[in-house]
Amino acid sequence: MKYGSETGPRGVLAIASGKGGTGKTTVAVNLAAVLAERGEAVQYLDCDVEEPNGHIFLKPAIERVEEVGIPVPVIDKTKCTACGQCAEACEYNAIVVLKTALVFPELCHGCGGCRLVCPAGAIQERPRTIGVVETGHAGKIGFIQGRLNVGEPMSPPLIRAVKRAKANGGVTILDAPPGISCPVVATVCDADYVALVTEPTPFGLNDLRLAVELIRPLKRRFGVVINRAGIGNNAIRSFCRAESIPVLAEIPDDRRAAEAYSRGELMNAIPGFRNALDQLEARIMSEFPEEARA
Amino acid sequence: MKEVVVISGKGGTGKTSVTAAFAALAGKSVLADCDVDAADLHLLLQPRVRRREEFRSGHEAVIRQADCTACGVCLEHCRFEAIRPAENGITFRVEAVACEGCGVCVRVCPVQAIDFPERVGGEWYVSDTRCGPMVHARLTPGGENSGKLVARIREEARGLAHTRSLNLVLVDGPPGIGCPVIASVTGASLVLIVTESTLSGLHDLGRVLDLTRHFKIPAMVCVNKWDINPSITGDIERQAVHRGARIAGRIRYDRAVTTAQLEGKTLWNWALRERNLMCARYGPRF
Repeated sequence: MKYGSETGPRGVLAIASGKGGTGKTTVAVNLAAVLAERGEAVQYLDCDVEEPNGHIFLKPAIERVEEVGIPVPVIDKTKCTACGQCAEACEYNAIVVLKTALVFPELCHGCGGCRLVCPAGAIQERPRTIGVVETGHAGKIGFIQGRLNVGEPMSPPLIRAVKRAKANGGVTILDAPPGISCPVVATVCDADYVALVTEPTPFGLNDLRLAVELIRPLKRRFGVVINRAGIGNNAIRSFCRAESIPVLAEIPDDRRAAEAYSRGELMNAIPGFRNALDQLEARIMSEFPEEARA
Repeated sequence: MKEVVVISGKGGTGKTSVTAAFAALAGKSVLADCDVDAADLHLLLQPRVRRREEFRSGHEAVIRQADCTACGVCLEHCRFEAIRPAENGITFRVEAVACEGCGVCVRVCPVQAIDFPERVGGEWYVSDTRCGPMVHARLTPGGENSGKLVARIREEARGLAHTRSLNLVLVDGPPGIGCPVIASVTGASLVLIVTESTLSGLHDLGRVLDLTRHFKIPAMVCVNKWDINPSITGDIERQAVHRGARIAGRIRYDRAVTTAQLEGKTLWNWALRERNLMCARYGPRF
């Protein structure tokens, strides 16, 4: 797409990986910058709400901060008969009943089951804050991040809130948390395309296999980005060939890139890095349909 | 018995390489891989599995299509967006990865068309390694309740330390600060935070140190690849001390870490072999 064109790509791209520290954020923020530079409408959503790092590189101006809560039960002791039905209904052991029902809010998933079963109408729900969603801009890039409160175990409700905050249209880049469990599912489950970032080492390969096992049943289109190409062996390429998974780009290992990353800088000025990113951008945008520009 | 848990906040800073090197240095200890999302310690310690157990991670709702009347009451009550239209476009089904196993739909269904079987969320193993017994797991991709699996692994590891009279449990922890991390650190003797000399490492260290303080667990900090940015390494160490942690040391950036991993060796074993090779070539004074 070029400036002045009537249409631009539209879609949601999730950047994920089984293993941590393979370069998800690096790819996500630099790709967002490349798209913005070309005049495309782009939003960056940091869904790694436990350790959000995209802001370090994009340096956004935050315009709005919203608290996100999950509904937890509050027991009206004057009505509670200590019948124990709420505790029995709770699958998360978040309620025990002694003389009255006691709630352990940090174990509560906010399903509302206890309130449904309470025969005395003694349970009301109040939101308990688990974190914030911050919205703003980094130049032309729309920026949204979630920040989980420290000590809070459950991130998926906050990740879903981050995704609800996105504007329609254009390209949306989701920076996923590492791993293969529920926070990753909450991030990638409805993406149009998933890029799995890995590195050519035994750890990288092992965790890529797991990530592929996660993505396939979700029926998402996906491909692999090999970061730090050259540090290890060829096993990732062989795996991708055997599994018919496209290798979207290979980012060469470069100490200058590591140093720029350490300082919180974008790396688009580093030639080898830029080439790989241009290739990745072209490859992924070809997967997305065109829409009329706003 | 002492239990040392290695965590990092930011992923990919070198937790597993450090844990494996400690395992080799300690000689005999109990090892626990609590990074159940992306378990890698087995790649360096080559465990022989002695025991294998299913991990039951609660329940999951399943709608019997033949009995569903498409009334939509479950859809109305599910707060996890797990009720989806079935393929026939008429009845409903439960999206397994979105289901949190709360059982609300099972209760509200007016025709009892929803089953609630136990969910097998992975497997955990007790194995032998050259460095002592190891407890590790494999979470089903997309699985729930990784914190519960972590708690199960630690419990088993502490039990093994007791029965085999070993006084050290080494835990390779997960990244982040959420559920599996909290399950990994609560009640531990010491947390070692392996971070890296980057602004991201510095930022994430702050949050993970807030977490260890919140749970009142003594913490030490080690900066990996410290020479990538010596000035940030200084900032990290100052911040660590400021937040009440002690400094454990620095590790320089060295390709040997990757080489050792490619050979499936711990850093310590790899270094010993290199030394022996050098001695064989140049004499024992090397």
